[in-house]
Amino acid sequence: MNRRMVFSIIGYIAMAEAVLMLLPALVALIYLEPGGWSFVLSAAVCAVLGAVLILSSGTKDHTIYAREGFAIVALGWLLMSALGALPFVISREIPSYIDAFFETVSGFTTTGASILRDIEALSHCMLFWRSFTHFIGGMGVLIFIMAVIPNLADRSIHIMRAEVPGPVVGKLVPRIRDTALILYLIYISMTVLETVLLVIGGMPLFDSIIHAFGTAGTGGFSLKNSSITDYSPYLQWVIAIFMSLFGVNFNIYYLLLRRKFRTAAGSAELRVYYAIMITAAAVITVSILPRTSGAGEAIRLGFFQASSIMTTTGYVTAPYNDWPQLAKTVLFILMFIGSCAGSTGGGVKVTRVIMLFKSIGREIKRLIHPRAVARVGFEGKPLDDHTLHGVGSYFALYIAIFVCTFLLISVDGLTFEENVSAAASCINNIGPAFGRVSAGFFDYSGFSKVVLSLAMLGGRLEIYPLLLTFLPSTWLKK
Amino acid sequence: MNIVVIGAGKIGSAIIASLVEEGHDVTAVDSNPRAIEEITDSYDIMCVCGNGADVDALREASAGSAKLFVACTESDDTNMLACFLARRMGAAHTIARIRNPEYNDDSFGFTCQQLDISEAINPDRRAATEIFRILKFPSAVNIETFSGRFELIELVLRDDSPLTGIPLSELRKKYPADFLICAVQRAAQTFIPSGSDELMPGDRIAMTASPYVVQKLLGKMGILRKSAKDVMIIGASRTAFYLSKQLTSAGIRVKVIDSDREACVRFSTELNDPAVTVINGDGASQSLLLEEGLSDMDALVSLTGSDEENILISLFAAGAGVPKTATKVNRPELAQMAEKLGLESVIIPGKIVSSQLSRYARAVQNSEGSNVEALYRVLDGSAEAIEFRVKPDFPYIGIPLRDMSLQKNILIGGIIRGRRALIPTGTETIMEDDRVVVISSGHRLLELSDIVDSGNTNPPRPTGVAPAFSAVRRETV
Repeated sequence: MNRRMVFSIIGYIAMAEAVLMLLPALVALIYLEPGGWSFVLSAAVCAVLGAVLILSSGTKDHTIYAREGFAIVALGWLLMSALGALPFVISREIPSYIDAFFETVSGFTTTGASILRDIEALSHCMLFWRSFTHFIGGMGVLIFIMAVIPNLADRSIHIMRAEVPGPVVGKLVPRIRDTALILYLIYISMTVLETVLLVIGGMPLFDSIIHAFGTAGTGGFSLKNSSITDYSPYLQWVIAIFMSLFGVNFNIYYLLLRRKFRTAAGSAELRVYYAIMITAAAVITVSILPRTSGAGEAIRLGFFQASSIMTTTGYVTAPYNDWPQLAKTVLFILMFIGSCAGSTGGGVKVTRVIMLFKSIGREIKRLIHPRAVARVGFEGKPLDDHTLHGVGSYFALYIAIFVCTFLLISVDGLTFEENVSAAASCINNIGPAFGRVSAGFFDYSGFSKVVLSLAMLGGRLEIYPLLLTFLPSTWLKK
Repeated sequence: MNIVVIGAGKIGSAIIASLVEEGHDVTAVDSNPRAIEEITDSYDIMCVCGNGADVDALREASAGSAKLFVACTESDDTNMLACFLARRMGAAHTIARIRNPEYNDDSFGFTCQQLDISEAINPDRRAATEIFRILKFPSAVNIETFSGRFELIELVLRDDSPLTGIPLSELRKKYPADFLICAVQRAAQTFIPSGSDELMPGDRIAMTASPYVVQKLLGKMGILRKSAKDVMIIGASRTAFYLSKQLTSAGIRVKVIDSDREACVRFSTELNDPAVTVINGDGASQSLLLEEGLSDMDALVSLTGSDEENILISLFAAGAGVPKTATKVNRPELAQMAEKLGLESVIIPGKIVSSQLSRYARAVQNSEGSNVEALYRVLDGSAEAIEFRVKPDFPYIGIPLRDMSLQKNILIGGIIRGRRALIPTGTETIMEDDRVVVISSGHRLLELSDIVDSGNTNPPRPTGVAPAFSAVRRETV
């Protein structure tokens, strides 16, 4: 393990966070809020820590192997969350550090789960920082660092693999740095477009930016206690459609930019993703139709909630907690399917679900014809057994971590439905859950909040980086 | 610059490594998923898994927009087809690896022309040429030639070498001949020496001199060994075929040993030369080697398909008192170990080809047209020797060398003017149409004006558009 290299890159992460914290300080300046000082102070802490890490661990060996990649990503995200919680605590707007940590992890992992009872009580700069963490975490902070700092390291593909969700991570162009730049350009352009569309629909600029951040990162932090419920149908449609767009694999957008429309439209993942989303929306629409004023409203609410949960955003336009059991069950299933690989969303990912079902199909065929030679194909290419096994064991691990989280938070005395949905909501990076937890996570104890924070990080980084970093054998010299 | 490389085998990955190091955007295509996985992990490049002669794979790799397209799979036919398709799709320059001796004759020029292949490279023959030069001149570890006028010789200084222990400026007075010590590698560090530096035993040095001077000079210094007369080659490979041809035409007797009967028969039929004795037997068997007169040989060259076997056979021969051994090693990691074990001339075909390709890539990249005439990696690749042609717009024509402020670790090792080779002194000037050999370490030179430290002076950039780099080139037989 090249520890010096790991610590020096983590130092760069702290430095980057220091710079990013100046943006909410600027917001505080505009609204003349005293909370701005807590950002300046936190930025100074980050900068000093970053400088110490970079200077104390200077090394000539810039090689990153798989284990360094995992460690950098896991430790980097933990540190980023720990530092990102500082402004909330310093400004006393979220006085408990554990609460602030939960809120920041929820932000960076684009979960959108909150421990706040009254969101509207927060100052503008705090609201901005909360949502800005969604934006940073959505595409990934290390991708950002790789785009900004040239020649960060040889073999940095290992960092990219550990941070970008999905079973197979590919580059768009030969260089990682150019790939990272292209991804960020697509990401920023889409966010700006959404902000403009929201402003046109009459949403105030600040609210538009906050919601665009929440949508882009598929996070779900709003600035209203009622989330999106009180906004006009046009604004709800804009957000619903953009949520579904940010849940698409970003490679598709690159294909569109390169005018390869046929290849983009032929993507099996894209087709299955929209097929599931639209089917789910249709089922919900039918099931909630009697409770709404008409088909138009039912379709809007149904599609919005399906898109919001499947992309793991977590915005809300209706009291879904009071919906019929069928609608709630569909939403619960959508939580686990999640968005496409290579998007900003969480969950198991549509690609993996497709692969899982294909390998089940192959297994059934083998049982009937024990000598059958069956190759599983996906997106026009054969899948090797290595990838399929990887997907299978990832799913098993995912369920195991989900069960552990569920078990550990059960000590707090909430109902079965609340605990199951809260655990699913955190590991899949969604945000709201059922029952009392649909309003927020404030009923959970400090212990459960830490457990849920780790579940959120595990879900965002796809478990392995976090798991490997806490194994002693990763660090021992062997 | 966008470069597409088809084939990520031993040669392919060596090429990819040097192109990535040069800072190009590389896309690799290979049909073997394991090779692709390996290469994705090691270099910052894009990889496509597929057949290099399949248009779908070429499209996915954006071969049409490639400035340089290199096909180096195992199969010559695939390479030619891939190059042809890529050229039709719009690739600017195509290079094919062609190994089969049948293709490597005069008629191949027609094929290249028809398929629009810019250059055919043959690692086997390149390696053979390199070994031939070493055998002709056994004191050197490595020799490169610039336009036939200059030689760049790499030597390892022994403990009793007369070159050690005196400043270089004194050395030049002691041996009044035209030579220049250009670069020194001492304990993994390479530097360009100045007049006050002294050489030490164990140093690996690179020096330039004209070919006639070299023999005499080294004779005076007492480190000349005579050219080989009898050479034993282990392994009847393609490299052995090319090498035998070159050796016999220089009047050197050759004995080739291979354990595969088929290979021996094919070898002797194809070569059809009475000066070459082909023996069917195990080249790793010490008694056979001794029986075939190993101790009377001037040199032994091991060219079997196995790196390990080559290293061991050469070590045995060196131990048995053969004055010169040359060893072909495909894997660079093993080559380093072989050198540590004491083998002096280790030939890595991938390295030879990759420096050839780097030269080509730089020439393509240089929008002014090709003024890089030759590029060689010397001293384990830690320094480069590049031959530039001086264009009329070079801003330092007629200025004495000592008045040009060169960048650190850059040296002008020689100037070729017409048919004359000059070892420059400070008063020498560069003239139009000269060819200048520049030795550099730690730089990446694209054109001759890059050697000047631009911090001190700001030379006017040439603006004229020279004809694009093209012309069908291939190795001559």
